[in-house]
Amino acid sequence: MIIKKIIKMVISQLNSIFLVFMNSFSKRETKLYPEIPVKLTPRYRGRIVLTRNKNGKERCVACNLCSSVCPVGCISLQKKTLKNNRWKAKFFRINFSRCIFCGLCEEACPTSAIQLISDFELADYKRKDLIYEKEDLLISGPGKYSDYDFYKYSGITIKDPKNKSLLKKNKTVNLKSLLP
Amino acid sequence: MNFLFTYNTHVLFNVFQSFLIFFSIVVFGAMLSVIERRLLALFQNRYGPNRVGFFGSLQLFADMIKIFFKEDWTPNFSHKFIFNIAPILSFSSILLVSVIIPFSKNMQIIDFKIGILFFLMMASLSVYSILLSGWSSNNKFSFLGAMRAAAQTLSYEVFLGLSVMGTVVKAGSFSLLEITFNQSHLWNIIPQFFGFLTFFISSLAICHRHPFDQPESEQELADGYHIEYSGMKFGMFFIGEYISIIIMSCLITTLFFGGFYGFYSVSIFWFILKSLFFIFLFILIRASLPRPRYDRVMIFGWLVCFPIALLNLLFTAFLVLYL
Repeated sequence: MIIKKIIKMVISQLNSIFLVFMNSFSKRETKLYPEIPVKLTPRYRGRIVLTRNKNGKERCVACNLCSSVCPVGCISLQKKTLKNNRWKAKFFRINFSRCIFCGLCEEACPTSAIQLISDFELADYKRKDLIYEKEDLLISGPGKYSDYDFYKYSGITIKDPKNKSLLKKNKTVNLKSLLP
Repeated sequence: MNFLFTYNTHVLFNVFQSFLIFFSIVVFGAMLSVIERRLLALFQNRYGPNRVGFFGSLQLFADMIKIFFKEDWTPNFSHKFIFNIAPILSFSSILLVSVIIPFSKNMQIIDFKIGILFFLMMASLSVYSILLSGWSSNNKFSFLGAMRAAAQTLSYEVFLGLSVMGTVVKAGSFSLLEITFNQSHLWNIIPQFFGFLTFFISSLAICHRHPFDQPESEQELADGYHIEYSGMKFGMFFIGEYISIIIMSCLITTLFFGGFYGFYSVSIFWFILKSLFFIFLFILIRASLPRPRYDRVMIFGWLVCFPIALLNLLFTAFLVLYL
């Protein structure tokens, strides 16, 4: 019985050695990143940007929701009132050395101004360079939600809040949203 | 002084040859650290170090620069003299075995009549380096590692000697060249199969390779006996391990796989090819087998390998004497 057990054990060991050897003929799983660019889904949570709407105006209304929902507290901003009583961020600062890319700021944002895009190349040599000011964050385009304009639905200059036609819900499935 | 002038070219050639063998073994031992990483990556479906130079060919120099510029710290709680001398012992004791290996018919540094005994002596001396380094580090984990190494090496050396004796009985000589000549028609692997098995297993244990890497098990002992070593002293241990792999695979080739005898020719090429195959096998086993529990290692050594080696020797002796 003991001899049978030993033979069984030896065969299993030899089998595992053989299986590992056969792995050398299979495809390698490593992605050679800088040479071959990475394909990322649009929902990937990478670099944080501030977007503008279709007309090229800043979407951010400095409501401070992103800053208050941020679990590590890396976003800081201050509001400034414009002539037409709308709000705008006086400064907007994200400390990327603290950011954990959880995407809660994007979900909290009512104007979908703050967005996480699929760019993860944020490495820098100094910690100081990882503090992004508003000039670094603001992009010229609308980001992921190109049609959305906050002031169509709400905000200070809206004339007729009972106009239901604008609030018609879009029936198509939103692939980019994590919410139910 | 007269003989210096008469045999001048002969002596010079011998000196050159010895330097060549030593130097190439040390250089290949250093290169093996990169080769092993590449091969392990091959078995695990990844690329190893492939950034430095063309396909990672300059990785070795990067490693060398790193290890030379590391702080070579001697702990002030250690026994400094023994602490410093242990890596040198570890490096040189197994490297000295290379003098008896016949790479080809003419390429051998010295043909000892007691060749295998010299190898066994050096293999058992290499325990001292580990024991001394573990003890002089004055660290509990390194001492545990050293004790494990001593116990393992002692128990595996018993049948390391016994498994070789079968080939010695067959050839009628301790000289490695004689043993190789004895295999000109049939390699020792066939008549001495169990001797080969036990020798291979014990050579894994002597090199402290996986799955017998009890003295330096990272998970339990945090690197075992060389926990306090850094810089070039650690490098000596590190390269010494690879050199012992090379020497052991050369010895397996010589003792059981016909040395420099190959198909239709006798040359150093066959020797190097076979040795490379065994180095490959060492790395493959490292990639595939997990480390067994410590008592299992000892039980396997004493209750399985030791009787097999002993029976193999008895059977060989019986055949040689009565047939």
